[in-house]
Amino acid sequence: MRFAFTEQQTQFRDAVRQVLDKECTPDDLRDAFNAPVARSRRWATLAEMGVAGLTVPEAHGGLGLRLLDLAPLLEEAGRAALPEPLIETTALAAPLLAAFPSDRVTGWLEAMAGGQITAAVAPIDGRSWMAAPTLGGSVVAAADGADLFILATAPDPDGRRSELHALPVADVTVTPVASLDPTRRLGTVGWEPSPTTLIASGDEAQSTLADLANRAAVATAAELLGLADRMITMAATYAKDRNQFGKPIGGFQAVKHLLAGAQVKLEFARPAVYAAAWSLGDPELAGSPQGARSASLAKAYASDAATEAARVSLQVHGAIGYTWECDLHLYLKRAWALAESWGSAADHRRRILSSLVHEVRPTQG
Amino acid sequence: MTSPDEGPMDLRFTPDQEAFRAEARAWLSAHAPAAGSLPSLDTPDGFEAHRAWEQTMSADRWSVVSWPEEYGGRGVGILEWLIFEEEYWRIQAPTRVSQNGIFLLAPTMFEFGTDEQKARFLPPMASGEEIWCQGWSEPDAGSDLAGIRSRAERAPGDDGWLLTGQKTWASRGAYAEWCFGLFRTDPEAERHRGLTYFLLATDSPGVTVRPVPQIDGEPGFAEIFFEDVFVPDSQVLGDVGQGWSVAMATAGSERGLSLRSPARYTEAASRLVSLYAEHLDRVPNRAARSADAVAQAWMDAEAYRLNTYWTACRVLAGGTVGPEASANKIHWSETDLAIYRAALGLLGPEAELTGVGGAAGNPWLDGFLFALAGPIYAGTNEIQRNVVAERLLGLPRG
Repeated sequence: MRFAFTEQQTQFRDAVRQVLDKECTPDDLRDAFNAPVARSRRWATLAEMGVAGLTVPEAHGGLGLRLLDLAPLLEEAGRAALPEPLIETTALAAPLLAAFPSDRVTGWLEAMAGGQITAAVAPIDGRSWMAAPTLGGSVVAAADGADLFILATAPDPDGRRSELHALPVADVTVTPVASLDPTRRLGTVGWEPSPTTLIASGDEAQSTLADLANRAAVATAAELLGLADRMITMAATYAKDRNQFGKPIGGFQAVKHLLAGAQVKLEFARPAVYAAAWSLGDPELAGSPQGARSASLAKAYASDAATEAARVSLQVHGAIGYTWECDLHLYLKRAWALAESWGSAADHRRRILSSLVHEVRPTQG
Repeated sequence: MTSPDEGPMDLRFTPDQEAFRAEARAWLSAHAPAAGSLPSLDTPDGFEAHRAWEQTMSADRWSVVSWPEEYGGRGVGILEWLIFEEEYWRIQAPTRVSQNGIFLLAPTMFEFGTDEQKARFLPPMASGEEIWCQGWSEPDAGSDLAGIRSRAERAPGDDGWLLTGQKTWASRGAYAEWCFGLFRTDPEAERHRGLTYFLLATDSPGVTVRPVPQIDGEPGFAEIFFEDVFVPDSQVLGDVGQGWSVAMATAGSERGLSLRSPARYTEAASRLVSLYAEHLDRVPNRAARSADAVAQAWMDAEAYRLNTYWTACRVLAGGTVGPEASANKIHWSETDLAIYRAALGLLGPEAELTGVGGAAGNPWLDGFLFALAGPIYAGTNEIQRNVVAERLLGLPRG
């Protein structure tokens, strides 16, 4: 057993953190709130570093790496509340497309690696909790401004199962939907499936959708770790500076215990997310109930850790944290949105329990 | 065995580790008493029955697998120790009556003990021949441990110390042969300074042990009174006046991991899932109300397991645990409670019965009572939250 990142993975993480510290400041986030775009100068920088195309096969201009390599970078994206769609494009769309290579798909992969296009991903899996990737069944994250859409048909009442399609923006109609966090670029997507847009059907589509749900849960969980860390750090810094009753408020146990509680939740969410990222790259575990439970554990723990970090950091900031002027809300809003995306903590707890019960008693669950 | 600092992440165990697991499993299933078959270790008979089990393990070198061979161990690493623990809890083998010695004192003795001390004390600790209790808390020094008042003065012959004072809440204290603890050797020194770490036999002249019944009615801990108890210089662990740093030094290293291994919780959590599945048939409404708590308890145990392996690999690569040990303590103690609270919620009105389903005991109730102590002992969780806030987040002390 070796449960640790390699030196290379750690160095890549440090490099991304350095870049985002400079290019994704709270002022940059405010700009993105005012005028959200899918592809910024920052996205071009990330593409040059190999981050955008990290999961694109080397033959198509990417680094050919896995979710496990991406997880620490997603954590950094979360810490910076990166507005660009690293989850949708790099964690989800690229590996999915790479599994179904065609001339059309190859062109998209190369454009993703080059930072020229971003994706939105909206599977509709009628069976379960992941039917609603964002706020409602038909609202899609990162849709407004995306170049490429990975979409699934709803299963028919007469038993025909979902199909998976990929469409360029020219073939869909996006209607923007407002979010508390405008960088989410939500929208509804109007589209018609056709034989030319089809990527997968039948069993292949089902297993791809199941895999996609797990990857999305883990990638989102990784961003939530970074967000939680950022919010706790901001609140701890504030608690050291802010004086009341003649001393820093961070010296009061009531404040210490709020932050310590959030920190403990974060400490225990981290290995759960890393283990899930590893599991989904393991051929035996990836499609197994154990792999799915591992993904659900990661998302449930990270969602709860980030929600608690958000609650506590706002409370520690007090009234100033409730203002538009304070940077805290830029991170709170993303945390709240992601905590509910790709299955809430409660959804994932339910999924874990039914999977466990099914193992104890195959007739239930 | 693959060195932990090489190669990509891999959560699978090596073939050597799997072979070690198989060997441990085979030995335990051949030798361990049936689950729950020994009387409580807080009764005289139960204490001796648990000691006999330690002797059985020790005879085949399974009592302290991570210790060097010369002291009765197998010299295996921390990952193998965790594997052994998984097998131990899987088969529900008896509670370790020697745990204060082997898990708390031994790591300190390996770091600070003289060769003579290690040769004298470790082998009988490994075999269960000598059971240890700890003398930390005092009536006026609990969470504020540095407020210790029990003192030690030089003995007239200048070959040792005379100990005076009172210790309390000494787990296993009612029956243990030996006690380790902190005493003030320099009354002038400030709080954390001037303390010294002593090892003493509880049958020494001047020692009075008064068992204290715990919440379950059994004498699980004791008050210990000291009246001019002579302790030779050879039974001082580490340097005189350095007792605080000696006691704390290993708290942040492996000891931060070894007090409560995750298998205790992952095994209890999987039994909880079975209990839930049974109740789905019997009392579906109650089961439905408990579902979220059951899932959360299982997740807490699994997250603890993953965090432990993550931390163990960091230690193997030369890292330290440090104040993360406090986060750990908060998590495992709350996990333990979450598991048993969920179980009692499933049992509903049956939760209060001391015998369930015609059986003599109610292991869920026993587990709950045991878990209640977790947030209190080994430093209350409030103290641990202070440590997390001050040392992990850099908030001001005081």
